[in-house]
Amino acid sequence: MPLAKRIIPCLDVDQGRVVKGVNFVNIRDAGDPVEVAKRYNEQGADEITMLDITATHEGRGTMLETVSAIAGQVFIPLTVGGGIRTVDDIRAMLNAGADKVSINSAAIFNPDFVKQASERFGAQCIVVAIDAKRVDDHWEIFTHGGRKPTGIDAVGWARKMEAYGAGEILLTSMDRDGVKSGFDLELTRAVADAVTIPVIASGGVGTLEHLAEGINQGHADAVLAASIFHFGEFSIAQAKEHMHSRDIEMRL
Amino acid sequence: MSKHLLTIIDYGMGNLHSVAKAFEHVADNFQIEVTSDRARIAEADHVVLPGVGAIRDCMAEIRKQGVDTVVAENLSAGKPFLGICVGMQALMKHSDENNGVACLGHFDGAVRQFPKDLTDAHQLPMKVPHMGWNNVEQTVEHPLWHGIVSDSRFYFVHSFYVEPHADYTAGRCQYGPEFAAMIYRDNLFATQFHPEKSHTSGLQLLKNFTRWNGAL
Repeated sequence: MPLAKRIIPCLDVDQGRVVKGVNFVNIRDAGDPVEVAKRYNEQGADEITMLDITATHEGRGTMLETVSAIAGQVFIPLTVGGGIRTVDDIRAMLNAGADKVSINSAAIFNPDFVKQASERFGAQCIVVAIDAKRVDDHWEIFTHGGRKPTGIDAVGWARKMEAYGAGEILLTSMDRDGVKSGFDLELTRAVADAVTIPVIASGGVGTLEHLAEGINQGHADAVLAASIFHFGEFSIAQAKEHMHSRDIEMRL
Repeated sequence: MSKHLLTIIDYGMGNLHSVAKAFEHVADNFQIEVTSDRARIAEADHVVLPGVGAIRDCMAEIRKQGVDTVVAENLSAGKPFLGICVGMQALMKHSDENNGVACLGHFDGAVRQFPKDLTDAHQLPMKVPHMGWNNVEQTVEHPLWHGIVSDSRFYFVHSFYVEPHADYTAGRCQYGPEFAAMIYRDNLFATQFHPEKSHTSGLQLLKNFTRWNGAL
């Protein structure tokens, strides 16, 4: 039996609460992150990702407490992202109980940071997050919640980050994020086929079939979703059953 | 009655807090300590050798800090001893990683790299590292398998693997090549996967370890 594809519920956290916006605005409260993480763990989530969406200096202490509380009760891999800029930030998150950190804009401003982080902590705990938007016939990386273009080609960037020691890519379509029309499958496939490290598809899940498409058509190794799980539309178990029915190897 | 002591050997490689938290969760009759103090490790009832990152760096720290001697002493004392991930690979004779690194040699086997040209059933390239939940087939009966069914899934993340050998394999897994997911001998037991991140089955294995006296 082969390696299972993974379902990763994502907790967007602001000031110690799980929130979810549509296209990064209209934020709704979705609960206490520790309770939400425990619920997903019980439902059979394969990993949990938690993103500090405001990532202020003041909020960092709250985030570390939340990570520590989750890590004491949830025994599946936990990835933490948002505002990770230094080796000390990574160490603090790992010491609090995170298993991986997700690096986003810091990688763009200083690609060598990814190299340093990977050499220091191992590629297995370094996830590089890529926020991409379609521009003409290709995809470009955007920062600042999708508002600021960088001129960097997303596929080339993914290859570069692999060469710099990323252990995994978290790929978000900024065109689809929060709009529930499905992953950008072309983008997902272009990146997944371009690298030899695992790719997590993110942005746009509105139905269970979207999750299956991310694997079967997008060639992703894992799928990440937030709102379809937060507000009780679907459970992780339902998502796994559906993906299994589409001939995807799952941990049931 | 005083608590039993379980020490997790800290030699500066990787995140030991996840392992400590998982043990705390399953064994409230144990004191769990992450330490590099040789005397404290010598007092322990159970010892864990974790490890992540590159084998060259791990082995360099193991030798520099005398962890090689600590491992040998605690093994010969007959204590239940658990290696995890790179902590398992370090117990082998040799690793191909980093252009070849001599390891501790407690098992007469080698650590190899997953080939880069693997393809899955759909002819798609298989990603390396081998990351995620895979099935482990139990190849021997062992106290650490108590309450865990064969072919349960455990969480893996690694790019190098231990060659399987009937002398020491307790559980096998396949990702392209077949490899040893668990190895054992006497009071020594080691896993390539991360039991501390493997939900119910992983926690059961850690609980079994704390209840094991090191005998087969």
